[in-house]
Order: sequence, then C-alpha cells, then structure tokens
Amino acid sequence: MTRERVLYLMGGISAIWLVRNLYVMLLALPDEVEQGAIYRILFFHVPSWFTCFTGFFLAAVASGLYLKTKNSLWDTLAVASVEVGVAFTLVGLATGSIWARIIWGIWWTWDARLTWALITCLVYMGYLMLRGAFDDPTSRAKNAAVLCIFAFTSVVITFKAIDWWRTQHPGAVLSIRTGGGRIDPAMEQMIYQNWPALMLLAAVLVAIRMRQETMQRELEALRRRTHAF
Amino acid sequence: MKLLREVCVVAGKDLRSEFRTKECLNAALSFAIVILVLFSFAVDPSSEQIREMSGGLLWLAFAFAGALILNQSFARELPNDCLDALVASPVSAAALFLGKAAANWLLLMIVELVCLPVFGVLYNMSWLGQWPLLLLVFLLASWGVTVIGTMFSALTVNLRLRELMLPTLIYPMMIPALMAAMQLTTVLIATSGVPPEDWIWVRLLVGFDIIFTSLAIALAEVVLLG
Amino acid sequence: MTAVQANNLWKYYGDYPALRQISFQLETGQCLALLGRNGAGKTTLLRILAGLSRPQQGILRVLGRESRDPNSRASIGILGHGIALYEELSALENLKLFASLYGVADPEDRARRWLERTGLDTVSDSLVREFSRGMRQRLAIARAFLHEPVLLLLDEPFTSLDDRAIKLLQGLLGEALARRSTVILSTHQLREAMELSTHVALLHRGQLTFYGERPAEMLSDPTWLYRTHGES
Repeated sequence: MTRERVLYLMGGISAIWLVRNLYVMLLALPDEVEQGAIYRILFFHVPSWFTCFTGFFLAAVASGLYLKTKNSLWDTLAVASVEVGVAFTLVGLATGSIWARIIWGIWWTWDARLTWALITCLVYMGYLMLRGAFDDPTSRAKNAAVLCIFAFTSVVITFKAIDWWRTQHPGAVLSIRTGGGRIDPAMEQMIYQNWPALMLLAAVLVAIRMRQETMQRELEALRRRTHAF
Repeated sequence: MKLLREVCVVAGKDLRSEFRTKECLNAALSFAIVILVLFSFAVDPSSEQIREMSGGLLWLAFAFAGALILNQSFARELPNDCLDALVASPVSAAALFLGKAAANWLLLMIVELVCLPVFGVLYNMSWLGQWPLLLLVFLLASWGVTVIGTMFSALTVNLRLRELMLPTLIYPMMIPALMAAMQLTTVLIATSGVPPEDWIWVRLLVGFDIIFTSLAIALAEVVLLG
Repeated sequence: MTAVQANNLWKYYGDYPALRQISFQLETGQCLALLGRNGAGKTTLLRILAGLSRPQQGILRVLGRESRDPNSRASIGILGHGIALYEELSALENLKLFASLYGVADPEDRARRWLERTGLDTVSDSLVREFSRGMRQRLAIARAFLHEPVLLLLDEPFTSLDDRAIKLLQGLLGEALARRSTVILSTHQLREAMELSTHVALLHRGQLTFYGERPAEMLSDPTWLYRTHGES
C-alpha cells in the first residue's frame, strides 16, 4: 500500500515537473538564433537518450547480478529497465527524426550516430523477442541476461559514435563533455531540469513493470504447480 | 596447454562429423554462391561500380551463409542429449566454447576462400593483388562473426524458432565486425593498398575480437550450465 | 569416505521449487535407488549431482569437492535419458572422443578394450547411426564407464534396455560396487534396482519423503515404500 503511494507520489511529481518544464521551454525561453523554435525538441531528445542509456546500463548491471546470484529480482529489474529503455529509445529516435526533418530537410540519414542508435534499438528489441521465446522462466532469465550484457556494447558505441566517426549528427553540446561554450547556459540548464523529470517517470514505469513481471512469474509457478502432478 | 588440447579435441569432433556428411558446409557454400549470383540482378555486374561494392557484397553473402553454419553448431549436440555429456565431462566450459567456435571459424573460412575466387571470376575482378592482407582481414572478421554467432547459437539452441531467432539476434551484434570487414575488403580489392585513415578499421576488428572473445569465455560456463 | 553430501538443496524453475530441502549423505560403496513419480524431481536432482545444473541454495559436495570441480567431474560417469553419442561418428571415434575428454592416458587403447567388453569390437568402425537400438545402448554404457568412474549417476538406466544390455549393465554395476564405487540410480524398474541398492530415497513433489537403508520388505514387495511413504 505504501509502495503504491510512493509510486503515485513519484508519478505526480514527475507530471507536475514536466508541465512546469514545458511552460518554461515553450513560453519563457526565446527561440534559438540559428534553429528557431524547433531547437526545443532538444530538451526531450537529449534527456530521452540519457534516460534510455541509464536504463540499458541498469539492465546490464542487473543482468550481471542475476547471473551471479540467480535471484530473479535482478532479472525482473533487467527486463523492466530494457522495456522502458526501448520506449525512450523510440522517443529519442522520433524526436531526432522530427528535428532532422526541419533542420536537414530529411527524416533520416545514415550517419554513424543515427545508425548506431537504430542498431541499439534493434538489439534490445531482440532481447525482448528472445525472452518471449522461452517457456522455462529460469533459462529465459539466464539467456536473456547473457544477451543483455553483450547488448550493452552497442550502447557504448552509440554514445561514443560522435567522437569516433565524423558524423552529421551534432557533436557533444553539454559543457561536462566540451568544457562549455557550445550551448547557452539557460538552455543547458533546461536539459538538466528535464532529465530528472523524465528519469522519475522512467523509474515509476520500471517499478510498475517490475510488479507486473513478479506477478507473472508467480502465476507461472502456480500454473506449473497445478499441472505438475 | 591442457586448454589447447581440449579445444582441439572438441573442434576435431565437430569438424570430423561435419566433414563426414558435409551437410552444413554444402548448404552454406551453395547458399553463399546463390547470393553472389543474385547480386548480379541487383546491380549492373559489368559496371565499375561493382568494384566499389565488392566488400559489401562478399560479406553479406558470408554473413548469410555463416548463419547456417552457426545454427548447426549447437543444434548438432541436440540429438541423443550429447551436450549434457560434454558439459558433464571435466573439460571446462570455456574450452568447449572455444572448440566449437574454432570449428565454425574453419568452416566459415572454407566458405569464404571458395567464394572469393568464384566472385572474382563472375564479376571479372582480380583480388590477388594484396592477398596476405585480405587473408588477415578474413581471419579477423570471421573470428569476430564466429565468436558472437557461437555464443548466440548456444543461447538459442533449445528454442523452437532457433533458425529464425539466431539471424535476427546476431546480425545487429555483428555489425561492427561486418562494417570493418566490408570497408577493408573493398579497399583491398578496389585500390592498391590500405590508406592510413583506414587502419582504424583493423584496430576496430582486433578490438571487437578481443572484447567479445573475453566476454564469451567469461560467460561460457553460465550459458552452458542449466 | 563420503561420496555425496547434500545439505538443504533447493532448485527453482522460476518461482516454482522443483527441489526443496534435499539433504542426504551417501558413503562410498553404497548404492542409492532414487524413487518417485514422473516430475517428482529425480532427473533434476541427478543433473545437479552431475554438475549440469546448479542449485539456487544449499551446499553440495561430491567426492569431497565442490560439485563443478573438474576433478570430481572426471570421476563421475553419467547415463542419462539420451545415449549421448554422435550419430555421424563411428563407435570407436565416439569412445575415443570421450576418453580424451576425460583425460584418459591412451584413448585409443581404452576405447578398443571397452568395445571388446561390450561386444562391439567387430563393428568398431561403423557409424552409430547404422547401429541397432541394443548396440547403441551397449555403446552408451561403455561411454559412461570407460574412464573408470567412482561415482555413477544413472537416470532410469533399465528403461527400454534389451536383455543383453541389462545383463551388461548389471554386471558392470556389480563390479563397480565391489570396487567400492558409489552408484545413484533413478528407476521405475523396482525389482532390478532393489537387488543392487543398499539405500533408498523417495522423492515426492521435490521433497525427500524417505531416505534410508533399503527396507528388507522391499525385496519381496518393491512397492512397499510407495504405499507407506508416498501418496497413492
């Protein structure tokens, strides 16, 4: 019961926070000099990718811990993080695509960053597909965990793609990576404010998915018990 | 030393039973050649353009044919529950994995080395100019493809849909190796030497091989044990 | 010396416990018959003992070592549901392969001796896929015994064996027990098992409901244990 209240509270905070952020970015901040109004999509684009990378990182760590401890809680965390991560990947791809349509005039280009983002998305969809193919929960958890650890390499490549290849995708903008000067502080501030709001939303979603997954596992066990003899 | 001997025993077993029937090898070879022929309809086979696509064409064919070999790798242990006997034996899981990967590697190399001259004849292209480097690229890239593929073959072996599942899972994972292989093969066939800026692809291949081989060795025991 | 010591083993499939609180201790030279219905957990327990699967909880020591220790695995012989032989290899190649995997000094010589022993020396170069059912079974028995294991794990070994193979297996098990090897077998064929076994365990829904020396009653009335300790 208290757990549920905490979730409602977190969800509420993230909703209010997002509305407030929308207000600031749409009404308070001015248009950007070169890009005009569309640059605001950046405030969702960048934090979405950070959120999904965080989710995939969490999933890789949880998978490692699952293989070490064989405690199915970690498996539950891994699958929930991947699912939410994939959702945010799709948000990232969609926002990026809309931005590209306005600025570059095309929906998609085969540039290293974009390509790797798409590959990452496919790899994690493969993870979800692999899970669906197993009947036995233990081998499902084990094999999915191994895949999840392998899959994280593509996240690392996506993240580093703008440094390794000359890409059409804009380079790093945040001052922690560039040392400052690439972005107006007020705008950078907005990215940092929208990220925790999205993270909070992601955390709520992960918690809800984890509970569903736990129930699913209990159901499977009960079904097995009734059919076993 | 013991590890090497065990790897050889396991690889030798796989190769011996494969060469006895040649089922998998024949299928993979004919498949690869069919794909190479199909390409002649997709692009103008007599144009100069094909030279600049040679790496891509070859490695797509190898990747498709490789999936057939990799599918069979652990599937051949299924009849009679042979995998249980292997895992229960004192051989370490890492040796088992490396042995099976080595066998797949050799089979894939055979397919590649047969397809390359066929490709050269069909598309009127000479590839002998820099064969030592080309061989090195083939060896490195094939190992990368094999190590990922063998791992995923073990992960999917008990699934009903493993023939569909394996290619869907491995191709996205293999992209760095395939990308590098395509790039380098094209450069080696189409031009006279590797330009300095393309050595990064060799580094990528070596890095890919090292990272995934270590991951696979570290996780082999977990994957093979129930 | 203790051959197998299991302490509070649990094995789950998802949240479903396939084995619960399994504790027992088996000394060398003893023969344990593992009884129970289909699905009671016999195969799961044998797979754990063979090192093919890990329990989620509990401590298991096999031949004085951890269960996945390569040295203990080298001294275990397993005979499972499948014959674990490669169809495309010859009888000799199969045995040589397993002799090398188990680190036997002269695999070729060892393989040939076991082919003779099992009456397959005349067909040593034929492929397993050409073998009759009975020949495959005898070759599987040779595969399980050729590295002279001191702990034998047999899953329903007598099921569907022909007369000749049953005789061979009984002979080998008798010899092994005389050498003070340890045998654990799961079985439905109670009569064959009761003659060999010194101990009996009854698994019911993943739990040991009986463990102890074989009751004398079971020689004349093999179903005695089921009636007294299991649900009907």
